[in-house]
Amino acid sequence: MRITRRVGAALVATALLSVAACGGGGGSGSGEGEVEVFTWWAEGSEKEGLDALVGVFEEQNPDLEFVNGAVAGGAGSEAKNVLASRLQTNDPPGTFQAHAGAELTDYIVQDDIEPISDMYEEKGWNELFPEGLLEQLDQDGEIYSVPSNIHRANVVWANPAVLQKAGVDPEATYASLDEWFAALDKVEASGAIPLSIATDWTQVHLLETVLLADLGEEAYNGLWDGSTDWGSAEVTAALEDYAKLLEYTNSDRQSLDWPDATQLVIDGKAGFNVMGDWAEAAFATQDKEFGTDYVTFPVPGTDGVFDFLADSFTMPVGAPNPGATEAWLDTVASAEGQTAFNKAKGSIPANTEADTSDFGPYQQTAIESFQQDAIVSSLAHGAAASVSWLTDITAAVSKFGSTGDVAGLQEGLVSAAEQHLES
Amino acid sequence: MHHRLKRFGPPLLLISPTIVLVGVFVYGLIAVNVNTSLTDRHTRAPAEGYVGLENYQALFSDDTFLFSLRNLLLYTAAFLAGALFFGFLWAWLLERGARGEGIFRTIYLFPMAVSFIASGVVWRWLLNNAQGDRASGLNRLLGSLGLDFLQTSWWTHERWGILAIAMPAVWQLSGYIMALFLAGFRGVPDELREAARMDGASEWRMYRHVVFPQLSPVALSAIIIIGHMSLKVFDLIMAIAGQSNYTTQVPATQMWIEFTRSDYALSAAIGTVMLLIVAVLIVPYLVATYRQERSR
Amino acid sequence: MTASTIPAPTGGADRLVVKPPKAKEQRGWVRPVKYLLLLFFLCVVLMPAYVLIITSFKGPGDATPDRAWLLPREWVFDGWTQAWQQLAPALGRTFSMVIPASLISAFVGSMNGFVLSRWRFPGADLVFTLILFGMFIPYQAVMIPLVELMQGLGVPSGVPSLIVLHVVFGLPITTLIFRNYYAGVPQDLIEAARVDGAGMLRTFASVILPISAPAFVVVLIWQFTSAWNDYLFALFFSNSRNGPVTIALNFLASGQLQNYSASMAGALIASLPTLVVYIVLGRWFVGGLMAGSVKG
Repeated sequence: MRITRRVGAALVATALLSVAACGGGGGSGSGEGEVEVFTWWAEGSEKEGLDALVGVFEEQNPDLEFVNGAVAGGAGSEAKNVLASRLQTNDPPGTFQAHAGAELTDYIVQDDIEPISDMYEEKGWNELFPEGLLEQLDQDGEIYSVPSNIHRANVVWANPAVLQKAGVDPEATYASLDEWFAALDKVEASGAIPLSIATDWTQVHLLETVLLADLGEEAYNGLWDGSTDWGSAEVTAALEDYAKLLEYTNSDRQSLDWPDATQLVIDGKAGFNVMGDWAEAAFATQDKEFGTDYVTFPVPGTDGVFDFLADSFTMPVGAPNPGATEAWLDTVASAEGQTAFNKAKGSIPANTEADTSDFGPYQQTAIESFQQDAIVSSLAHGAAASVSWLTDITAAVSKFGSTGDVAGLQEGLVSAAEQHLES
Repeated sequence: MHHRLKRFGPPLLLISPTIVLVGVFVYGLIAVNVNTSLTDRHTRAPAEGYVGLENYQALFSDDTFLFSLRNLLLYTAAFLAGALFFGFLWAWLLERGARGEGIFRTIYLFPMAVSFIASGVVWRWLLNNAQGDRASGLNRLLGSLGLDFLQTSWWTHERWGILAIAMPAVWQLSGYIMALFLAGFRGVPDELREAARMDGASEWRMYRHVVFPQLSPVALSAIIIIGHMSLKVFDLIMAIAGQSNYTTQVPATQMWIEFTRSDYALSAAIGTVMLLIVAVLIVPYLVATYRQERSR
Repeated sequence: MTASTIPAPTGGADRLVVKPPKAKEQRGWVRPVKYLLLLFFLCVVLMPAYVLIITSFKGPGDATPDRAWLLPREWVFDGWTQAWQQLAPALGRTFSMVIPASLISAFVGSMNGFVLSRWRFPGADLVFTLILFGMFIPYQAVMIPLVELMQGLGVPSGVPSLIVLHVVFGLPITTLIFRNYYAGVPQDLIEAARVDGAGMLRTFASVILPISAPAFVVVLIWQFTSAWNDYLFALFFSNSRNGPVTIALNFLASGQLQNYSASMAGALIASLPTLVVYIVLGRWFVGGLMAGSVKG
C-alpha cells in the first residue's frame, strides 16, 4: 500500500516534470542587439532570398544579430497562426513578414503594428519607390510596412510546343479575352488541357485578372473602395468570361495546388496557365529556357497594368528592440538589400535604384512593366482586400467552382463587398 | 451526520478534482461559449455588446451553412448505413466459426488504429478526381478494369461529394462495429439457440427471432457511437478536401474558417449549433442509461 | 482513433475474446461463399494499405497516374527519408505528449471508476452521467473559450497544452472503462477489507489496484491511440513547429507540390506506433472496445 502510494506519487511527479521540461514553447523575442525576423520563408528560393538579405544586413550592421524566426509552409498560413497567438500573448517578434496592403488591416485595427510613414519621410523612401506603389501601400493616410520584393500576378505562362501542335502561334499576344478564347479552343481540340489551374485560391487569382481585364484599371481599383458596384452589368460580363475560362480547365483542380498546375504546362500537358511570377522559379529550377521552353505575356486585356503583390516587413507594437528593427527595415529598403534578395528569390525590387542588370530575362520584362505601367493591387495575395473579405470571396468562388451559377457568384461577391466596405 | 461525512467524505474528495475539471472545462466553457455566441465579437478584440440571436439568424440564413448541415446529415446517414451493414455482415460471417477467424478479425479491425489524417492521405490519393487518361487512384483502377463509366469526380461532385468522404470513414470503423456485433452474437446464450432449434425453428428463423433481437442493444450502442463521431467529422475532410472546398463543407469546417479569420462570435455560434445537434442524439441515450443505472 | 469516443455500458474486460462455437451444420454452398466473401472483403480492406506501401517506395518518376497501381519499377527509399526528416521531431514530441497524458488520465480514471462503482455516494449516478456527457460533446462547442483559458493560464502551446487537454478530456472515457471494470469485482473482496477496518483509500490501494492491471492496459492503449491520432486539439493548440505528428503529417501531405511517395511513407511512419500497439497488444485493444460497448 505504501509502495503503491509512492508509485502513484512518482507517476504524478514524472508527468509534471515532463510538462515543465516541454514548457517554454513560444518565441523568445529579441534581446539586446538582436532582431528576430519572423517569416514563412523556410524553404526553396524564398529561403535563398532571405539568406541573401541577411548577408547584406550583417554587412551593414556588424553589431546587430539576426535571429531567424521562420515558420515553414502553407504559403504562410502556419506562420500566420503562430504569429496570431504570439501577438495575442504580447510576445511580438522583432519584425514580421506580411503582404503589403489591405492584409495589414487586421493588424492595424488590433494595434499590432506601428505606422511608419515618418520613417518613409526621414529616410527618403518616398523617392525610392514608385508613386503607384506608394498609393497602393497607403492605408487611410499611413504606410505600415516596407516592401522587400514585388511580384506580378497577371501573367500567363505558356508552352510553345503545345501551342504549335495546336496550330496556335506561340508569339501571339491577345488584346482581349475573346481573342484568347479562340486560341484556347484550338488547344482543347488538340487534346491538351487549354488552361491549367489548381484549387480555390488559384481560382480567385484567375478571377482577379479577369476582373482587371474586363473592367480596366480604374474600375478594378474601384471595387475595393466602393466606387465600383459589384452588382453592375460590367461585373456580370466579367464573371461570365471567368465562367467560360473555368470551362477550359482541368477537372481535378480541387486536388491540386499551384505548382501542380504550373507543372502541367512544363510537362506539355497544358497550353496556358495564369499565375504570379513566382512560377518563374519552377521553370528555372527545371532548367527551362525563357523564350524556347516557355513564354509569358500579361493576361489578355491587362497589358499596361502591373497587378502587384509584395512581401513586406513591419514594425510591431512593443517590438523588443525597435532600434534593431529599424536597422532591419533599412536593409530591406536599401538598394543592396533589394538586389540581393530579389535576385535569389526571383521577384523584382521595389526600390527603383536597385541594380537589376543581371536579373533573368523574365524579370527584366517585369521590371520594365513595373516602372512604366499602372499599378493595381492583387486580391488573392492580400494587397486589395482584408483577410476576412478575401475569405468570403474565396468561399463564393469555391461554391461557383462546383455549381457554375454565375448569378449566385455575383450575389456572393456583392454581399461580401457590402459586409466589408462598411467597416 | 458525522457517520455520513465519514462514509461519503473520502469518495467525494477523491472524485472532486474530476468534478471540478469537468465542471469547468465542459460545462463552464460551454456556458462561456454560448455567451460569446450572443455577442458581437467579430474580431480578436473583446466584444462590445450583446446582439441576442443575431449570429444564429445569420447562420441559418446563410446558404453555405445550411448546405453544410445537409452535408452532415447525408454523411451521417451514409456512414451509419455503411458501417452497420459491413460490421454486421462481417460479424455474421465470422460468428459461426471460420478458419483463420483471428486473421480476418485482425485485418478488418486494423484501420481503426490509424488516424483520420493518415487515412486521409491515402484516401485522398484513391479519391483523386481526374478522369480519363490522367486518372489516378480508384478512377484509374476502374478504368483498367474496363469500368470507365463508373469513374466519377468523387468528393468534388456538386451534390453528392460528401458521400465520397463516407468511404474512408466506413473503411475505418466497420471493423469496430464488427467487433461489437461479434461480442453480441457470442453473448447470446447457447441455451436460447438450442431451445429454438428444439422447437423446430430453421436456422434462419432462429436467427431472426432469437439472435437478432438480442442484438438490439448492440445495434443501439453502435448507432450512438458512430452517430456522434460522424456529427463531428472534421479531420477526414481537412485531410482529403481541405478547408475551403465547397462540396465538402460541414459545420466543423465552417467553424474553423470563422475561427481563422477571428470571427469569434460566429465561430462560437457554430460550435453551439453542433453541440445541440449532438445533444439531440446523446441526451436521450444518457437519460436512459441513467435511469437504468438507478434502477439497479 | 480521434479523441475519446466509443464505449458505453457494462461488460467486464475479461470477456475479450470468446471461443467460437462448435461448427454447425451448413449447407454445401454456404461455406465456400462465406470464405469467398471474407476474402473479398479482406482485399478491399487491405487495398489502401497496398497503395500506401507501394507508393511509398516509388522514386520520383514512378508515381505517375498510369503506373498508379503497379509495383514500383525500383524500390527506393527517397520517400521514406524525406518523410522521416519532416516527421521525426514531431514523433518525439508526440511521444512526450501522449505518455504523460495517458498515464495521468488512466490513474485518475481508476480512482473515479472505483468511487463511482464500489464506494458510492448519493448522487453518484448523476455525477457519472454528467461526466460521461463530456465524452460526447463536439469540442468545437468549447474551443474558443478553451483557447483563451489556456492562454490565460499561461500554458505554452504545443506539448504542454495538449497534455492538459488530453488529460482533462480523457477523464470521461477512462472513468467509464474503469467503472465498468470495477463493477465486476466481487463485493466480498471489498467487504473483507472493510471488515478489516480499511478505509476507502486503503481499500483502493490494497484491494482494487492490484487487480486493475488488465483495465489499466486497456485504458492506456485506448488513451495512447486516441491522443496519438488526435488532430483537432493539435490544430487549435499547436503548430508545425511544436505540434504532434498529425499536424506534421497533414502539413507534409498537403504541401504545395504533391509528393505522393513522401506523404504515403509519412502516413505509415505516423501510424506505426499505434499499429504496433494494435498488433502486439491486440487482445486488449479489442478488449478496450468491448469494455463498455455492449450492454451486459
